[in-house]
Parts: sequence; structure tokens; C-alpha cells
Amino acid sequence: MELDVVGLSRLQFAMTALYHFLFVPLTLGLSVVIAIMETVYVMTARPIWREMTKFWGSLFGINFVLGVATGLTMEFQFGMNWSYYSHYVGDIFGAPLAIEGLMAFFLEATFVGLFFFGWDRMSKLGHLAATWAVAAGSNFSALWILIANGWMQNPVGSAFNPATMRMEVVNFFEVVFNPVAQAKFVHTVSAGYVTASAFVLGVSAWYVLKGRHVALAKRSMAVACSFGLLSSLSVVVLGDESGYLANEHQRMKLAAIEGMWETEAAPAAFTAIGFPNQAARETHHILQIPGALGLIATRSLNTEVPGIRELVARAQERIRSGILAYDALQTIRAARGAGVPTDVRNAFEENGTNLGYALLLLRHVDDPRRATPAQIEAASWDLVPPVAPLFWSFRIMVAIGFFLILLMGTFFWLSAKQRLDHYRWLLWVAVWAIPLPWIAAEMGWIVAELGRQPWVVEGVLPTAVAVSSLGITQVALTLAGFVILYSALFVVEMGLMLRAIRKGPPPEADLPYLPYAQSAPTRGILPAE
Amino acid sequence: MTLHTLIDFEILRLIWWVLLGVLLIGFAATDGFDMGVGALLPFVAKTDAERRVAINTVGPVWEGNQVWFILGGGAIFAAWPPLYAVSFSGFYLAMFVVLAALILRPVAFKYRSKRDCPRWRAAWDWALFIGGFVPALIFGVAVGNVLQGVPFRLNDDLRAFYEGSFFGLLNPFALLCGLLSVSMLVMHGGGWLALKAEGAVAARARAYGSIAALATIVLFALAGLMLWAFIDGYRIVGEVAVAGPSNPLIKNATVAAGAWFDNYAARPWQWVAPAMGLVGAALALVSLQSRFDGLPILASGVSIFGVISTVGLAMFPFILPSSIDPRSSLTVWDSSSSHQTLFIMLCVTVIFLPIVLAYTAWAYRILWGKVTEGQVTGEHGHFY
Repeated sequence: MELDVVGLSRLQFAMTALYHFLFVPLTLGLSVVIAIMETVYVMTARPIWREMTKFWGSLFGINFVLGVATGLTMEFQFGMNWSYYSHYVGDIFGAPLAIEGLMAFFLEATFVGLFFFGWDRMSKLGHLAATWAVAAGSNFSALWILIANGWMQNPVGSAFNPATMRMEVVNFFEVVFNPVAQAKFVHTVSAGYVTASAFVLGVSAWYVLKGRHVALAKRSMAVACSFGLLSSLSVVVLGDESGYLANEHQRMKLAAIEGMWETEAAPAAFTAIGFPNQAARETHHILQIPGALGLIATRSLNTEVPGIRELVARAQERIRSGILAYDALQTIRAARGAGVPTDVRNAFEENGTNLGYALLLLRHVDDPRRATPAQIEAASWDLVPPVAPLFWSFRIMVAIGFFLILLMGTFFWLSAKQRLDHYRWLLWVAVWAIPLPWIAAEMGWIVAELGRQPWVVEGVLPTAVAVSSLGITQVALTLAGFVILYSALFVVEMGLMLRAIRKGPPPEADLPYLPYAQSAPTRGILPAE
Repeated sequence: MTLHTLIDFEILRLIWWVLLGVLLIGFAATDGFDMGVGALLPFVAKTDAERRVAINTVGPVWEGNQVWFILGGGAIFAAWPPLYAVSFSGFYLAMFVVLAALILRPVAFKYRSKRDCPRWRAAWDWALFIGGFVPALIFGVAVGNVLQGVPFRLNDDLRAFYEGSFFGLLNPFALLCGLLSVSMLVMHGGGWLALKAEGAVAARARAYGSIAALATIVLFALAGLMLWAFIDGYRIVGEVAVAGPSNPLIKNATVAAGAWFDNYAARPWQWVAPAMGLVGAALALVSLQSRFDGLPILASGVSIFGVISTVGLAMFPFILPSSIDPRSSLTVWDSSSSHQTLFIMLCVTVIFLPIVLAYTAWAYRILWGKVTEGQVTGEHGHFY
């Protein structure tokens, strides 16, 4: 990646997005875990469940606020650094973002205030409703942002309008019910649930190891491992692998993930370990599992999974078609609404969906219509994303995914047998496993978004065309600013989180066996009026 | 789908222009008092307990209020994509400063009282001050620049090129607008503290709020005079296709002295807006001196409504005029989303905005009442 305006803008987006996603999965999952705990409290009236809700709620708060703060950057960066993107696809992409604000953020943010400040001002059921509203709000926000992201991966329901020089909505229902978006939503929120489960499990395991807050910790572990087992299965089973055949570039992403340069006879083998070499356009296979990839990716025995070379060859056809569309577009624009010859109109109708492929040539030639065959070939090879990073990120993610199923399953079994504190080494494993879901989630985003390159919107708009007309100094300045600000906030956040964990829940939370009569539900901060 | 043709493209554009105003006013009227409280924090609250009272008056609500800002960004993206693209990339470094300030603010709210160390708390108090003062100033400066026209041009591909600099934004008229914006939100924050705090904090808030209300009146009048005397407005030249494609380059526009007062001359009832800006601030000034708790915040809300509407009505149909290529200026008739997107977004808004307003009102009702030192210094840890 060159460090020009495009490169720096990409770096800034990647950095701020990956940073934002350090906080999002825990928010997604912990909001649900807390809501489950509070539901148990309301149903059983046992105060320990209220203390659990409050304790995990306080950790939730420390994390939540950074998710909100860094989310601001995400919302504004499209306009700041990717203004041509914003113009070109805002008609489609802006809508889910606005709906996210209206439907999800208001819900989440209004009720999170009541969650923290409303304990003594609301009835038990009222407060429980507020907690579930926070959980629903954060999950809705994931839905809408993934509808937006899914459209970038699989731009359905839209068409290019020469009069406005941008993509416009044709069918909004297709945008909302985009299969790629739906698969991503389930995969991502499940990953968030696993993250929160591993967090609660690991922190609780540490308390058990230290002999502190044991009653609270064991109950928390029971919730975490049951919820975690279900969601870790959901992450893998409902993983978004199925979305990888939705379009040509998703196939390219799949081929890159597998380091598969040649098309193989169906069902293709899965390379467990190998070393992709981008320059030589080959992968040195170490360990292959016959037939596995074909089964996973196509859910059939006889559908072929195309290799990189075949996809590149097919792309050259689309680039040539895109040049025809580009040529027709210039004629249509020159006419400025006046009569356009029918054959030009038809040429655009026929080739318009490949217009984006002509824009790929802008890296090699000023006017795509004058591209030489060599330039077309070069542009077609630009379509191959960085293979080795995708190959490895994916494998790390999957390995962690399977490990977490095993971990959650083990603890679920221990919990059912009432043996949670029998194996100290297992408790240590749970403690050390806390960072793993985060690593997997970040790897997942690298696979999804690095794999989308060189497109910002698959087949529609190349990333290099999408940037703002900014000076390199400006972008470098804000990038440096974000690095400094975000690093400082990370240190502060980790410091507070670790302090809060070390401090643990307040002393009254350790008196779980109080009879109901003594549970004093009326303790209040306000004088009775 | 042809459902969207139920409402004319022209009407939808007008509705979304009004909704843009609703969002800006909603943001200024709700998150505005949070920012005002932030900017007032070092002045109205001296001891740690006082600071905590001031912070906790907005503690449970700033998060929801801030969504008006986020939604504002999202709605501009969805309904006015060229405006989102041109303004955010054009004001690039200013936007970054706003972002940095607004990132610090939530963190400061949440983390400030997590540790007892006085230096820790003092540092976060500064962050709250910056998070209130800086965005308020920059938003005003931005509006001041928009009224003068922004140096950008669009090429035939509708790619925007910005030819100004960060320091070029800091011209006298824009700075005047920035100060107006700060004083307006400080007045609003003062009104909020008069309602939600008591004792020394409320008394100081009334005093500073009064100064801010007076400043709002003076600066608003001064800005109006400067606009009339020194700032050229913009006019569309020739035919306007009000339901045409969203392509700014298909119209022509020109710079003209006094053009920002055209609408007021054509529709004199619009003078109600500036009148509300002044009368609201005057009423806030008077009521901050009185014993009424709830009146100042309502009055300053009216003033905010008046001031923001004044700008919008002056510029209509312009949204973002270009000083170096008036033809590139973004207007209501050529910078919107497509007919269908505007329609879908309107449906979503009609369904969800009332729901949002309903549960927001419910939340404020639950949190009704004064915040006292006794509450925040009590043993229960859920206060900031």
C-alpha cells in the first residue's frame, strides 16, 4: 500500500474502525448478558442477581462510552475522507446510517441513562424494560450498520444515474434483505455475544481462583457459558461463508482466503496450512483436507469454486464491457439531457453494470477508452486482494472460533455438574482466553474489508476513486491526531477496567444468601417524599 | 416500486429541508444545554461536589441528546449526500477538532468521578469544558462561513475540490457567529442549571446565563447588521427545475449584495424568526433574574429556534453556496437524494421520530427533579 492520500485514508479508516470494534462486540454481548441477569432478578427477586446486573453493568459502562465516542468518528469519516464515495453512493448508503440513528442509537442512548440512573426511580419491571431497550438498541444498530456494510460487499437494489453521476436506490427492500447483510448480521452479533461471554467467564474465573465474590462469580459463569456455547456455535454454523458466493468479488475473496490460484474440480480441497506467494501467483500447500472447501462454501458436492486466475480472466471481459459503458456515458453526459442516439442508450443499458470496472483503469490511464490490452490485464490483476494476510487472518479467526466452542462447552458441562471450581488450570485457561474473541473479531474484519479491495463498493466504485480531494499533510495530521488520542484513551480505559475488576462488586453483593425479607429492596438515594 | 410518487419530488425536498432544520434545532436545543453546562463548568461550580452536581444534571441525558448530533450527520448523508460530501471534506481539519472534542466529552462524563485523585478530576473537567466550548464555537464559525460562501467547486464528475484553508475559516464575521453560537448555548446551559441545580451552582448559573443571554441579543443583532452591510448573498439565475435531477451544475447562480434578505422582503412574516431569536433571549435574561425555574430553558429554547431558523430562511433555497464558483452551490432543488430515498426516509422518520420523542419525554419525566449535593456524594455509586 502506497502512503499517498488513498493509502493514508485507508490506514486511518482501518485503524479507527478496528479500534471502534474493540468496544462494540462487548457492548453488543454484555448488554444482552446484563438483561438476562436482570430478568432472572425480576423473576426470582434474589438480590444477588441485581448485584450481578449492577456489577457487570458498571464494566459495561466503562466500555460502552468508548464505543459511542469512537463511533462518532465512523459516522463522520465517510464525508471527511471519502467524499466522492459519499456523493457516489450516499443515496443508498446514507439511509441505513440515518435509520440506525433514529431506530437504534436513540433507544440505546436514552435508556442507558435510565439503566444507570434509574435504579431507584423506576419499578423493577420498568428498569428491566430499560435494560432490554439498551440491548435491543445496540443490536438494532448492528443490524443497520451491517445492512450498509453488506451493500458495499454486494450492492443490490441500485443503479447508476447518468444525470446525477451517482448510484441511486431502485429497490430498497433488496438493500435491506441483502443476503450478505443478513449473514453478516447474525455472524457479527453472535461474535459479540461470544466476546461478552468469554469476558464474563474469564473475569469470574479469576474471582473464583482468588476466592473472591465466589457466589456472584459462579452464577455469572453459568450464564456466560450457556449463552457463550449457543453463540459460539452460531458464529461458526451461521458464519458468513455462505455469503461468499453472492457475487464475483465475493468469490475472489473466497479464492484469496484459500490461496487458491487455480480452479479445482468440485468439491475443492480446503488448505489448512499453506504459504501463499502473491508475486509468484501460487500457494505452497502443506496440509489439505480433500473436499472440505467445496462442501463449506457451496453446500454441495458438484459446484465448482473458481480460482483466482479464472476470476481474473473473467474480469477482463467485464473491464472491456465497462469501457463501452464509460464511452456511452460520456456521450450521454455531453448531450445534457437532449436526444441521445438509441444505440448509445442501449450500449449503456447493456454494459452499465460494468461501469465500475472501467474506473479500475483510472490507476493506469487517464481515459479508460484509450486503455491498451496490457493496461486491461494489469487492471484485472489489481482485483486480487492481498492473499497472504487474508489466508492467515481467516485461519486465526476460525481456529479461535473452534477453540471458544470447546471452552464454552467444557464450562457448560462443568457448570451442569456443579464442578466449576474443580480444575484450577481450566479456570486459568478461561482467564487467558479473554482476549481471544477480540483477536478473532478484528481478524474477521480484516478478512471482510481487506478482501473487498480494490473495491470500496464491489464492482461499482474502486477505493482509489472514492477519496476526498485532500492534501497529504491534512490526512497525515488527522491520522497522527487519532493515533495519539486513541492511544491515550486506550490506556485510560484499560486502567479503569482493570481497577474496576480488581475492586470487584461492592461488599453487599457478597451476601447472597440473605433471606428475602432482609434484602431491603427499598434502599434509595432520594429522601422519601 | 412507484409508491414514492405519492408525494412530489419538490414537496419531499421541501420537507427534508424543514427536517434538516428540525434536526439542527433538536441538536442545539437538547445537546446544546449539555455543551452549555460543559462550557460553564469551571465558572459555576467551584468545589468537587458542586462540579458533580452540575455534571449529574446532564449525566443521564447527554447520551440521548448526543444522538441528535449523530442523527444529524446520518440524515444529511441520507437526504443531502452532496452537502455531507462537500462540507465534511471541505471543513476537514475543523471537523477533526470537533470530533476530537466530542470524543473527549463522553469519556470525561463517564470516567471523571471513577477516581478520587484531584488532578484526574481536574483534567476531565477541562475535557468537559473543551467538549462544550469548542464544538459550539466551531459550529457557529461554520455557519458564518456558509453564509459568506465556501470556496469549493465541483467538476463534471461532481467531485468536490476545496480551495480554502483552515485559517481562512477564522474571519471576523465567522468568529462573530462562533461567539453567538457559544453565548446561545451557554445561555441555554444556564437555563438548564437554573432548573436542575440549586444553591450556589444555580445562582452562579443564573448570573452567567444572564450575561450569555445579553451577549446573545447583542451578537445576534450585530451579526444581522454585518450580514446586511458587508456580506453578499447568493441568487439563482434563470429557470429552476425544482423536481429536476440532483446535479448542482445544471443551474446558474450569482453573488448579489443583500440577496440574503430577498426572502424576508418577499415574505415579511419570516421576520418572526429573528424576532423569536431576540425575544426568546430577552425573556431568558429576565426570567433568569426571577424565581422561575422552568422558564429560562424554555425561553432560550425559543431563542435557539429563532436564531437557527433565521439563517435557514435567509439562505433558502441555498444550503451551501460556493464563493469561487456560484454554479456549484448546493441548493434544495439540486442536492438531495433521489425521489425514492427521500420518500423512504420520510416514512421511517414519520414512524420513528414520534416514538423517539415519546420515550425521551418519558425518560425526562422519570429523571424529573433537582440534583443535590446530598445525592451525588451519597454512597450509591451510580452518579458520575
